[in-house]
Formats: sequence, structure tokens, C-alpha cells
Amino acid sequence: MKRSRVLGPGIALALAALALAPQASAEVERGELLAASCFSCHSIDATGNMPGLVGYPRDLMISQMQAFADGSRPATIMDRHSKGYSKADVELIADYIATLQ
Amino acid sequence: MTNIKRRNFLKAVGIGGAATVAGFGCAANGSATASRSAHVIVIGGGSGGATAAKYLKRFSPDLQVTLIEPSATYYTCYGSNWVLGGHASMDDIAQTYDALASRHGVNVVTDSVTEVDPAKRAVKTAGGTTMNYDFLIMSPGIDFRYDAVPGITAADAERVPHAWKAGDQTRILRSQLEAMPDGGVFVMVAPGNPFRCPPGPYERASMVAHYFKQAKPRSKIIILDNKENFSKQGLFVAGWAQHYGDMIEWVPSSRGGQVEEVDVANLTTISDSGLTTFKADVLNYIPPQQAGAIAMQTGLTGDGFWCPVNQQTFESSIHPGIYVIGDSSVAGAMPKSGHSANNQGKIAAAAIVNSLAGKDPLAPSTANTCYSLITPDHAISVAAVYALNAEGTLAGVEGSGGVSPADAPASVRQMEAIYTKGWYTGITADIWG
Ligand SMILES: Cc1cc2nc3c(=O)[nH]c(=O)nc-3n(C[C@H](O)[C@H](O)[C@H](O)COP(=O)(O)OP(=O)(O)OC[C@H]3O[C@@H](n4cnc5c(N)ncnc54)[C@H](O)[C@@H]3O)c2cc1C
Repeated sequence: MKRSRVLGPGIALALAALALAPQASAEVERGELLAASCFSCHSIDATGNMPGLVGYPRDLMISQMQAFADGSRPATIMDRHSKGYSKADVELIADYIATLQ
Repeated sequence: MTNIKRRNFLKAVGIGGAATVAGFGCAANGSATASRSAHVIVIGGGSGGATAAKYLKRFSPDLQVTLIEPSATYYTCYGSNWVLGGHASMDDIAQTYDALASRHGVNVVTDSVTEVDPAKRAVKTAGGTTMNYDFLIMSPGIDFRYDAVPGITAADAERVPHAWKAGDQTRILRSQLEAMPDGGVFVMVAPGNPFRCPPGPYERASMVAHYFKQAKPRSKIIILDNKENFSKQGLFVAGWAQHYGDMIEWVPSSRGGQVEEVDVANLTTISDSGLTTFKADVLNYIPPQQAGAIAMQTGLTGDGFWCPVNQQTFESSIHPGIYVIGDSSVAGAMPKSGHSANNQGKIAAAAIVNSLAGKDPLAPSTANTCYSLITPDHAISVAAVYALNAEGTLAGVEGSGGVSPADAPASVRQMEAIYTKGWYTGITADIWG
């Protein structure tokens, strides 16, 4: 107690904190990580000329990725990308992107 | 309270952002608990490092993130071939760190790391600061192995530029091309695999040809290659014939392309034990490469030239707690590209955040796209999606990816050229925006 007063309460708390393992409360879900790779081209700030994805409707995302993969929607490059994801992966991506504001 | 603890505390507040005291609350048993937010240091503000710093803060805003990078302005290598072709300026390929600091809360330190102590989890900088970290991400790019070929050293890079790191080197090569008389010969020496940006030398040849065609049409371009084939070869060769006739000549290693010595004074390359020589008016020697010096010096390359990592997280196989991303890392089938480095930054950031949360690492699924311009209106691309295979290696997902179709009409090539520019704007916003 006496020492704490000498050091000041803020420092005492900081010293206590340092003894603890570093922490972070956040957790990254797989859908968020997978979707992050879309943002390389489809900038989250909607700069550039690729369609913006923020708030893109879930079911539309799933149907478009399917259409790119089966060739029913023509593409220059999304045909090659869409074939790399399973249906479950596309759903995870679509779920996450639909929540973005 | 001992003096040691007090010193630790002073050291911790000395890191610029200070170890914050956060999260006082009630644990399940009712006793008060405290935690401090973890400190992640990122070395290198290029494609990989700047992305990692930004996404660490996106994924976990209460993390303390320090990005250490010596240059206040980063010139992207992507787009630097357009500068050589005369249809983009250096300003078009300049990026800064303002948004990372002001918008995302990254502590950006303009300095360079001179030493990493993995045991003490500390880095020292040229500016004389020592900082402690809980996790370290390194994305120091490449360094050149000038010792691989006799006759040329790093000191010759003004006369014989590599222009394989953008900035002054890009300016030097561009002004040499501008000064070259019509009818001159531009010789490029391309390295063997693996190296930064597999399609890069061939996009460069295309862009220089585009410039020559307008400004000095009697000139020639010779690519001396240290390999037998190259990225998007069929598409490049067809595009060259279509737009540039026989201006570009590609010489594979087996036909004299493997340069064994450089005569810098005479701008001449020597191969086939002296039987074959090429005399240049402008010589662009791109040396073989290795991981960035700080990664080599920290022992992260082991016995090799590149850093082995756990390809699920990009944590070093040699020093736990250090994550190596971008060109310096061995990333399975992913090429050494800005797009790969960008996505690896996200994977490493997520792995660190989840490790702090006590979660298992995620199974990554990631992608690469490389566009190349053959003319400003004719582009081709290669793309792939990667996932971990049973051996823990990032491998292309079967059925996905590949190159642009060989028989595409001009309208598709033009569309890809428009997307090439869009890719640049999008990815630079994702990295530095
Ligand atoms: C001509 C050319 C064209 C290219 N075109 C494309 C393209 O179209 N698409 C594509 O995806 N990729 C392209 N690339 C490849 C791309 O530029 C690289 O693969 C990418 O930048 C690698 O990212 P990185 O983070 O590993 O390294 P870098 O982006 O090089 O960043 C490394 C950073 O680390 C810093 N650093 C190094 N050592 C230290 C230290 N000790 N302390 C602090 N900081 C340090 C450096 O200053 C640098 O800023 C091209 C490359 C070239 C040469």
C-alpha cells in the first residue's frame, strides 16, 4: 500500500498489468478472413473500378459466385477465382460481407 | 516492487505508444483482473507490412501496432513499368503512411530496424531506439545477390540499374531509356526462379517496347533469361508479335541467356564461357535475390535464401513469435507478388489476433492476381486461389485459376487493361488507404 502511494496509483496499476500476459478480446472468424482477400481488388472504400462489396446482399453474392463458376455470367477473371471456393466458403464470405456497412 | 519491474515499466512506456492499462473488470470469481493490450511491431511498410499493420487494427482495434519503415514515401514496383513505358509518372506510384496513422491508429515510425533479438523480443533501430514486442511481423521484401555474377556489384547500380525496387532506380532507368538514340539496344538480364514478380521482366520489356515504338522505333530489346520458360509466356510472345513485330528477342539460358559475367565499363554481358556476348546501350541487370537483409541477419532463412514459415499462419519455422510475410517468405505455390504479400499480411494479422484470443488458427484460403500490360490497352492476367494441402503447403485449388484465354478478342484484352488500372487503385487503397 505504502509503495503504491509512492509510485502513484496509475504506475502501480501499470506494473500489475505488465505482469500479465498480453491480451486482446477480438477474434477473427473464417468468413472475415476469407472476405478480406476480396478487398485486395474490391476495395472496401469502393475506390478503383471493381464493384464495391460493402453490404452486398447475401443471396446475390452466392448466386453470382455460382454463375461465375458455371460460366453463366461472363467474366474476365472472376470465373478463375470463383472456382477456387467451396459452396460453404462462399456462404461464409457472403454472410460476412452482407453485415458490412 | 523491485527495480527491475520499474525498469521494465519505463522501457514499456518508452515504446512510443506506452503499454496501456485496459480492461479492468470483474472476473467470474469476483476478483479484479487487469490486462494490457499486446504490442505488435511490423518491420517494413511495403505491400505486406502496411497491410498487416492496418488489418491488425481492423481485426482488433485495442492492439498497439507499431510500423517501422525508413521511407516516408513508398514507390510501388507495380506501375513502375508503366513509368518506364512513359504513360505514368512517379507521383502516380507514390504511397504514404498518413491514412495508416490517422485513420487506423497505427503508430508509424520512420526509422529502420538494425537488430532483432528474438529471445528478448526486442528490436533496435538505426535511430537508437529499442522497442519490445509481443509479436513481430517482418515484411522486408528482397535483397540482391550481387555476388552471384562476377564483374558487377551493388555500387554499379547507377550505371547499370536493376529498377527492381521502385524509386530512384526507376527514374535512372527511365532517363537512360530517354537518352538512348534510336536504333539502340536495351538488354535486360532476368533472374532464375524464385524471384520477385515472375511476369515483371516481360511486362517491362512490353512497356519499353511501347515507348520505343513511338519514340525510337529502330531500337531493339533483348531479354537474357536465366531460365527456359517464363510466366504467361504464350500470351506475352503472341502480344509482342502482334504489337511490336520482332523488336523483342527473348534468349533462354540454354541459348546464351545465362549471363556469367558483366563488363560494366562496356555495358556488355558474357555467357557460354565467353563465346557469347551482348553489347547494350542501356543495360538493366536484375540480380538473383534473397530475403530482406534484416530477415537474413535474424537467422530467419536458416541455411537458405528465403524464410520458411508455417504456411497456415506465416509464423517463422525458426523463431516462434516472428511472422514473415511477403517476398521474404516461402509461401508454397504463391508467387512473390504484391497481391500475395497483401493477402499474407491479412493471414498473419488474423493468426496473431486469434492466438491472443486463445483460438486455433484458421484454415486460410487466399488468392493472387497479377495483371501485366502488353500495351496500355492490352492486358493479360494470371490468377489463383490457394488453400493448405495435406502437407501444410499453400497449393493452388484444383480447377481454379490460370491465365487469360489465348484466343480472347481485343475487347477482352482492353477490358483487362481497364481492370489492371482498377486493380492498382483497389489494392493500394487496401494496403495504404
Ligand atoms: C517491376 C515490378 C513490377 C511488379 N508488378 C507487380 C504487379 O503488377 N502485381 C503484384 O502483385 N506485384 C508486383 N510486383 C511485386 C511486388 O512489388 C512485391 O512482390 C511486393 O511489393 C512484396 O511486398 P513485401 O512487403 O514483401 O516487400 P516490399 O513491398 O518491398 O516492402 C518491403 C519494405 O520493407 C522495408 N524494409 C526493409 N528492411 C527494413 C528494415 N531493416 N527496417 C525497416 N524497414 C525495412 C523497405 O523499406 C520496404 O518499404 C512487381 C515488382 C516489380 C519489381
